[in-house]
Amino acid sequence: MDVLKLGDREFSSRLLSGTGKFRDKNEIKEVLDKSGSQIITVALRRVNLENPTDNILNYIPKHITLLPNTSGARDANEAVRIARIAKESGCGNFVKIEVICDAKYLMPDNEETLKATKILAKEGFVVLPYIMPDIIICKKLEDAGASAVMPLGSPIGSNAGLQTKSILEMVIENSNLPVIVDAGIGRPSHACDAMEMGADGVLINTAIATASNPAKMAEAFSLAIKAGRAAHLLKLQEESRYANASSPLTGFLNL
Amino acid sequence: MSFLDVLQEYEGFDFENYLERVSDKMVAKAIHKKKLNRFDFLNLLSPKAKNHLEEMARRAHEITVANFGYTINLYLPIYVSNYCSSDCSYCGFSKKNRIQRKKLSLSEVEIEAKEIAKSGIKNILFLTGESKKITPISYLIDVTKILKKYFSFVSIEVYPMSEEEYAKLHLAGVDGLTVYQEVYDRDIYKKVHTSGEKTNYEYRLQTPQRGAKAGMRSINIGSLFGLGEIASEAFFSGLHASYLSDKYLECEFGLSIPRINDAEGHFKPNKIVDDVTFVQIMCAYRLFLPRVEINISTREEASFRENLLGICATKFSAGSKTEVGGYTKAKTEPQFEISDERSTQEVIQRIQELGYEPVYKNWESI
Repeated sequence: MDVLKLGDREFSSRLLSGTGKFRDKNEIKEVLDKSGSQIITVALRRVNLENPTDNILNYIPKHITLLPNTSGARDANEAVRIARIAKESGCGNFVKIEVICDAKYLMPDNEETLKATKILAKEGFVVLPYIMPDIIICKKLEDAGASAVMPLGSPIGSNAGLQTKSILEMVIENSNLPVIVDAGIGRPSHACDAMEMGADGVLINTAIATASNPAKMAEAFSLAIKAGRAAHLLKLQEESRYANASSPLTGFLNL
Repeated sequence: MSFLDVLQEYEGFDFENYLERVSDKMVAKAIHKKKLNRFDFLNLLSPKAKNHLEEMARRAHEITVANFGYTINLYLPIYVSNYCSSDCSYCGFSKKNRIQRKKLSLSEVEIEAKEIAKSGIKNILFLTGESKKITPISYLIDVTKILKKYFSFVSIEVYPMSEEEYAKLHLAGVDGLTVYQEVYDRDIYKKVHTSGEKTNYEYRLQTPQRGAKAGMRSINIGSLFGLGEIASEAFFSGLHASYLSDKYLECEFGLSIPRINDAEGHFKPNKIVDDVTFVQIMCAYRLFLPRVEINISTREEASFRENLLGICATKFSAGSKTEVGGYTKAKTEPQFEISDERSTQEVIQRIQELGYEPVYKNWESI
């Protein structure tokens, strides 16, 4: 069984979804149903426990894993505080660290993200940091106890696709942690491309939430992700078969 | 370095002459540029741009959906005092107006806060007239502490203050700041602000930047339309927001488009921003500044606000009262006349019917 492992949990779906930007919170359940997505990220800043009609958690089926995010945090300290509040509010121990102090392009602060990861991983959180792709930071995050890395494809909401592709390839090649491409994926073909490259998952929010039919778009993404994953696995097999079947170029060495 | 330096670059610039010469082609080009420069922005404020309003609105909508989705942030204002030491000829709270003055006691603030909190909205903006004597920093801190019990995001619209004072308020729980320049044209500024601390143009101009330095998360600025020349006022408002967001990356900036209505004192505006021009300004702001919040208050009528939602508004006040103590026992004169008099629940229901998600809460107290 081909599964995505995060912390002590296993997921058959490699599509992570989001709760932002929808016209109607009731659309979230349809998106999850149609796409089979099992993980959904929720901005704690939007969780309104005191108001049942507004409380986003009431619109997410119970079997779905919540991935609270620290959206709005401007440094490690704030991210840590938000993560702790999320846990206390019953959102579980998964956390997507978002430290953004650039309101214009929403670029993540890798340095502060690393600091927050160190603290939260020690406290037992399953930490998924949102980062600018860079193989050095990925290594450091791994040492800090992160459970995956979430490099961006392009700026949040831009729908611009994998603008960081060549760096993403290096990250995927070098990372011992699952790599989940987050942000900027605008079309199913972008998602398929990421998966074919070897990403372990993708997180899609804007492209689904702002589609004319979010549930159908979610389904399209889900299919694209499955196709990309299948192609990636097959490619690995083909590469190994090719290596076995070819006549040795070094036979003369009598190895 | 401050925004003053940017303003100085345009001293003597003949806006009227420039705007007249903007062609349809220049407007069309600006609409579809990925990143607009200052002159593209100005071109969108030209008379010719009115021929392209539908195209501008479509582009503005597209950008807004990509950045904010189908959502609208909601907030409610609470007026805690109408004492004012300034004399702004357009304002209902001006010290010259013989109106009943009132400052809420802390227990009255609490009563109002409880009432407002019933709406479920977690963002509150508290306002005073500009009187540091009657509503000193210590009072503002006390009010903040009460409001923080009921709301997660507290903003202020009070008098301009120093960076240190803003830092104190931020520490007490204030995360948002609204301060309008009112008018960027210096001569008109002088004419309409005849006494009090508000006569200091430069100190006011640098207020948003002091707030950003003090750690405010969100800062809302703008020109009060009706005082100066429309296009240049909109242009400087946009440039100011752009300058600030380039300089203070960690802060979110917003623009409001208040236009003078019938406040006490019966001020007749010099320039009327009609609905067409209003939409033109709003779209120009969005095209120039894709991520800026665009805030529409209840100064505007219900049906007009609904239409703006579909274009590029991202923030609404809902069910506002502009009298001191207005939510529980309205007695004083309002600061300005409200045009959208629906209740918070009605506003929210209409937003949902229009296919948008009202956002009650956009920050967690941490």
